[in-house]
Amino acid sequence: MKNLAAAAILALLTLPVRADPDPGDWQAVLAEAEGETVYWNAWGGSTITNDFIAWVGQRVAEEHGVTLEHVKLSDTADAVSRVLAEKTAGQDSGGAIDLIWINGENFAAMKRNDLLFGPFAESLPNWTLVDVDGKTVTTDFTVPTDGYESPWSMAQVVFMHDTARLPEPLPDMAALLAWAKATPGRFTFPQPPDFLGATFLKQALYDLVDDPAPLQAPVDAADYDAVTAPLWAFMEELTPNLWRQGRAYPQSGPRQIQLMADGEIDLAISFSPGEASAAIANYELPDTVRTFVLEGGTIGNASFVAIPYNANAKAGAMVVANFLLSPEAQARAQDPDYLGVGTVLAMDKLDAAARARFDEIALGIATLSPAELGPALPEPHPSWMERLEADWTARFGVAE
Amino acid sequence: MTAFRRPRGAVPRLPALTLLVMLGPVAAGLFGTLAPALGVMPAIGRVEPTLAPFGDLASWPGFGAAMRLSLVTGLAATAASLAVVVMVAACWQGTRAFRAMERLLSPLLSVPHAAAAFGIAFLIAPSGWIARLVSPWATGWERPPDILIVQDPNGLALIAGLVAKEVPFLMLMTIAALGQVEARRSMAVARGLGYARHTAWLKTVFPRVYAQIRLPVYVVLAYSMSVVDVAVILGPNTPPTLSVQIVRWMGDPDLAMRLRAAAGAVVQLGLVAAALAAWRGAEALVAMWGRHWIRKGGRGGGEGLLRAAALAAGGVSAAAVILGLAGLAAWSVAGFWAFPDALPDGFTLRNWMRHGPGLGAPATETAIIAAAATAIALVLTIGCLEAEHRFGLRLSSRGLWLLYLPLLIPQVAFLPGLQILMLSFGVTSGTMAVILGHVVFVLPYVFLSLGDPFRAWDTRYATVAHALGAGPDRVLWTLRLPMLLAPVLTAAAVGIAVSVGQYLPTLLIGGGRVQTLTTEAVALAAGGDRRAIGIYGLAQTAAALLPFAVALAVPRLVWRNKAALAHG
Amino acid sequence: MADARRDETGLVLDRLRIAIGGTELVAVDATVRPGEVLTVMGPSGSGKSTLLSVVTGTVDPAFTVAGGVRVNGRELTGLPPEARRVGLLFQDELLFPHMSVGSNLAFGLNRGVRGRAARRARVEEALAEVGLEGFADRDPATLSGGQKARVALMRVLLSEPDALLLDEPFSRLDPDRRDRVRRLVFDRARAHGLPVLLVTHDAADARAAGERIIRLESS
Repeated sequence: MKNLAAAAILALLTLPVRADPDPGDWQAVLAEAEGETVYWNAWGGSTITNDFIAWVGQRVAEEHGVTLEHVKLSDTADAVSRVLAEKTAGQDSGGAIDLIWINGENFAAMKRNDLLFGPFAESLPNWTLVDVDGKTVTTDFTVPTDGYESPWSMAQVVFMHDTARLPEPLPDMAALLAWAKATPGRFTFPQPPDFLGATFLKQALYDLVDDPAPLQAPVDAADYDAVTAPLWAFMEELTPNLWRQGRAYPQSGPRQIQLMADGEIDLAISFSPGEASAAIANYELPDTVRTFVLEGGTIGNASFVAIPYNANAKAGAMVVANFLLSPEAQARAQDPDYLGVGTVLAMDKLDAAARARFDEIALGIATLSPAELGPALPEPHPSWMERLEADWTARFGVAE
Repeated sequence: MTAFRRPRGAVPRLPALTLLVMLGPVAAGLFGTLAPALGVMPAIGRVEPTLAPFGDLASWPGFGAAMRLSLVTGLAATAASLAVVVMVAACWQGTRAFRAMERLLSPLLSVPHAAAAFGIAFLIAPSGWIARLVSPWATGWERPPDILIVQDPNGLALIAGLVAKEVPFLMLMTIAALGQVEARRSMAVARGLGYARHTAWLKTVFPRVYAQIRLPVYVVLAYSMSVVDVAVILGPNTPPTLSVQIVRWMGDPDLAMRLRAAAGAVVQLGLVAAALAAWRGAEALVAMWGRHWIRKGGRGGGEGLLRAAALAAGGVSAAAVILGLAGLAAWSVAGFWAFPDALPDGFTLRNWMRHGPGLGAPATETAIIAAAATAIALVLTIGCLEAEHRFGLRLSSRGLWLLYLPLLIPQVAFLPGLQILMLSFGVTSGTMAVILGHVVFVLPYVFLSLGDPFRAWDTRYATVAHALGAGPDRVLWTLRLPMLLAPVLTAAAVGIAVSVGQYLPTLLIGGGRVQTLTTEAVALAAGGDRRAIGIYGLAQTAAALLPFAVALAVPRLVWRNKAALAHG
Repeated sequence: MADARRDETGLVLDRLRIAIGGTELVAVDATVRPGEVLTVMGPSGSGKSTLLSVVTGTVDPAFTVAGGVRVNGRELTGLPPEARRVGLLFQDELLFPHMSVGSNLAFGLNRGVRGRAARRARVEEALAEVGLEGFADRDPATLSGGQKARVALMRVLLSEPDALLLDEPFSRLDPDRRDRVRRLVFDRARAHGLPVLLVTHDAADARAAGERIIRLESS
C-alpha cells in the first residue's frame, strides 16, 4: 500500500489545488464554466437519448461556451467504479468524470461513500420551476437527495403491447400470468440486475402484496419472506412461460424492444411512457404497438444528474444541470419526436410562453396522456431492489 | 554466421525495455488485483488481509456453473478450431482451394471479435437471417420460433462464434509453420510410400507443425476461456461465463463487490492455468497414441468424404463471418424490417445520416491510438530483432513464452489492477495511457508477425554491404527495412487490427473517457439497436481491414519497377 | 604494431588458427601479394567459409580464432566488418533487389567521390568497363546471370577495397559464362592490384587462378 500513499502525495504535488465553485454565486459559476469541457457519463445504449444529449451539448456550447462530451456507458456503475478508482489512487481533483446520469442504488452508493460534490441542485436558478411538491424529485428511491443530484426527467412504468397479437391491455399481474400461460414464450423482461428487469420485480411485488407500506422502509425492517412470498409464487408460475422458458433474457430494455420488433415477444415493460412512440418513428417498432398501465398504478421515478467530488469542471457541470431544467430542454425531452420522457417542471410555475412549448407537443400514437398514466407509485427503498435482485438471481438467474 | 558487435548505444537496451513495456503492466496489474482479492482495499476502508472475498465468491449461486461454462466453452472452442484447421490443412494443403483460402485469412483475421459476434448473432438467432430466408415457405414460421439459439445456457453459440474467429488465426499460424517444416517434401516422400494425403500429412507434417503452433493454440485457449465482448454478445446469462460476471461485479454500485470481482479474477487466472496444464497433458496422450498409430503403418483411405467435410467446416466458419458482416451491412441501411421478411421493407440512408456524424470522433480516436500503439510496438520489435541480429541478444524459447505471456493471462485478471497503478503513477487516464495499454497486446502480435520474415532476410546482403563499407545503421535503413517493406507493413496492419479490436483495455485504462469504435459498438450492444450496431460494426471492421489493403497495395506501388519485390 | 608493418603490402593470414569446441578446423599461414590469387579448396564443412568470415569480420562467436589478419599492414582483428575494406563476392550476386543497377553501384562507391554528377559519372564508367553501358536504370531482376555477376564485381571494385574475397563466386553460372566471368574478375583484380582469396571446390576455378592452392581437409 506504500504506492498508494506515494500516489496521494504525488497527486497533491502535481495537481493545482483549485477552490470548488460556489453554487450560490451563479454569475461566478457561469464565468468559470465558460470554456470548460464537461464529460457527461451517461448510459449510451439508447440512440434517441444519445441524440438528445448531443443536442444539449450544442445548446450549452452556444449559450455558455461549455463543451459537452458524452461518455457513453454500457452501465452507469462503470462511472461509479471510475470515481472510486480515482479516490483509491488519491486523485482528489481533476477527475475524469464531471457529470453522471444517475439514480437509485448508484446514487445511494456514491452518496454513502462521499463520492459526490454538493449540495448544489437547489441553488440552480431553474430549481424554482421544479415541481417539488407533485413529483418525487427530492428523494431518490426514498433516499433524500439533499441537493447532491439534480432531476432532469420523470419516468413511469408502462407496458408496451403489440395490438396485432395482444389487442387488449392487461389490468394486473394476475391477468398477465393468465395470458402468459395461454401464449407461452411471448413475454420477457431485461435480466435483473438490469434496472428495468428489477423494476418489473418491484412492479409485480407492488401489485401482488396486500399492503405496500413496508416497501418504503429498509428491507431489514420488514418480514421479507412473508412480504415477497406472493411474488416468488407468481414468478415460479410465470418463468416457464417466459420467452425461451426463462432460460435466457434480453440484457437491456432496447434489446427487449428489438425482440418485439422481430415479433419474438408481444409484451414488454418500459420505464418511459413515450418510448414506444419514439421507437415507432425510428422504425424500431411496428406501428401496431400501444402502451398501458396497470389498474393499481405503476412505479414512477426521476432521473438525476450528479457531480463527482473530484470533477474537473464542476461549474460547467452545474451549467449543464441547470440547462437540463430549462423549459426549452424539458419541452424537447417531453416531445416523442426527440425523447418522450416526462418533465420535472411544474406547469403552474412557468410563464405563458414556456407553458406554450409544452402545450404544442404531440405525444404520439402510442403515448398515454398524463391523465391516462395516473399517479405514479413511489419507488421502494433501494435495499428492496438489491435484495430482490440477489434473490431472483439465486432462484432464476443461474438456472442450471 | 554473424559476429556480434559489442553492445553500444540505445539498441542493446531495447529488448529489456520491450519486456518491461510488455510485462511490467501485467505484473503490476496482477499485484493490483491480488490485493483486493485478499480483502485489502483502503478506498472502502478495508485494510485487513482476509480470505473472505473467496468465501463470498464461492457462495454466489452461479459460481460452479460460471466456472464450468468458462472451462467448457474455452476447451471446446479451442479443440474445434484446431480440428477444423488440421482437417483443412491435412486434406487440402498445396491445392488451389487451399491457396484461395489463404487469401481470405488476413481479412477474416482482422475482423474485430465484437463485429463478428454481432454478425453471427444476426445470422443464427431465431429471428436471424437464416430463419428469415427459409420462412415461412419451408418452416411455416410466421413469427420467430421460441427456441434458444443465441445465448443458450450451454454456450454453444459462444463456442461457434469463437471458432469462426479463431480458425483464421490458427490457420495463419499453421501456414507459417508449414513453411518452416518443409512440409512439401515430407508429403512427397510419404505419398510416394503409398500414404493417402491426409494420413501422410497427419503422420509426417502435423507433429512438427503442432510443435510450432503450440503457443498460439494456448493463446486461443486462454482467450476463449476469458473473453468478455464475444461472451456478452453470444454467451449465456443464466449465469454468464466467469469473466463476464467479474466485469459485472467490477461495475456494481456496491463497491464491496470489487473484492468479490478481484477474487473471481484470481480464480479465473487459476482456471486458465489449470486448463493449460490439462491441455498439455492431453497433448502427451495424443502424442503417445499418435506414435502407436504411425508405427502401425496404415496408409489410410476414404479420403473423399473427409476432404468434403474439411472443406465444409472451413467454408462454414469463413461464411459465418462474411455473411454476418453482410447482415450488419443490411441492417445499417434497413427501414422497418419485420419477421419473416428476408429483406427490409425499404432501404434508407437515414441510419447512416443519423449515426454518421457521431462516427467521426471515435474513428479518429481509434486511428490515433492504433497508429501510435503500432508505431511504438514496431520500433520496439525492430529494435529487438536488430539487437538480436547485431549482438546475438536472441530470445530463448523461454523468452518466447514471455512474449506470449500478456496473451495467456486473462485480461480481466490484471487490467483492473493496472488502472489503479497507472493512476498512482500520475499517468492520468486519456489517450496516452490507452496507447500504452494497447502496446501490451499489440506488441506480441507485431513481434510474432515480423519476427520470421525479419530473421529470414538473407544476412549475406548485410555482409556484402558491410564489405562495401556500410555500417549497421545504414544497412538497417537502406537495405533491410526497404526490402522488408511488405512484412513490416503487414505487421503494422496486424498491430492496428489488434488495437482496433481492444475493448477491455480501452474501457478500463481510458476510464470511459476514451471512446473508440469498439467501445462505442459494445456500448450500443447493450441497447440492441441493430441499425446502430450494424453501422458501428462495419466502421470497426473497416478500421481494421483498411490497413491490410494498404499493406498490400503500398509495396506494389513503391516497388512497381522492382520485379523481385513487387509480388513478394 | 601497424607502424612496424608500414611497408607490408597484400593480405596476410598470420598463423591463423580457427577452432570450434577444442577441435582445430583451419590452420593457415600465408601472404597474398597485391594482384595474387590464393585458392583455398576443400569439401563442404572443411571450414572454407569460416575462414572467409574470419577475414570479413562476421565469424560466429562459437569459433575461437587465434593469430591475425592484416591488409597492407593494417590489423583487421577487432574491426567491425564495415571498417575492414575487404570486398566480397558470393556465388549469388546479392544485388539489392529494391535498387536500380546504378544505385547498387552507387551504394558501394567510395564516399570520397562527391557530387551527384561525379558519382553518376563513376557509375556509368564502371558499367562501361564491363560492357554494360546504359544499364544504370535497369531493375537488377531483369539482368542475365552473367550481367549480374559483372554488376556485383563492379560494385565491389567501386568501394575501393584493399583485398578481395571470393566465395565460390562462379558456381551458379553456366560453364560457358563461368569462364568469361572468371577471367574478367581475375583481370580486374589484377588491374586494381588487389590480393585475392578464392574459396572454391571447383578444380577449374583453382586452375584458372593458376597460382597457390591450399587444401583443407574435411573435419
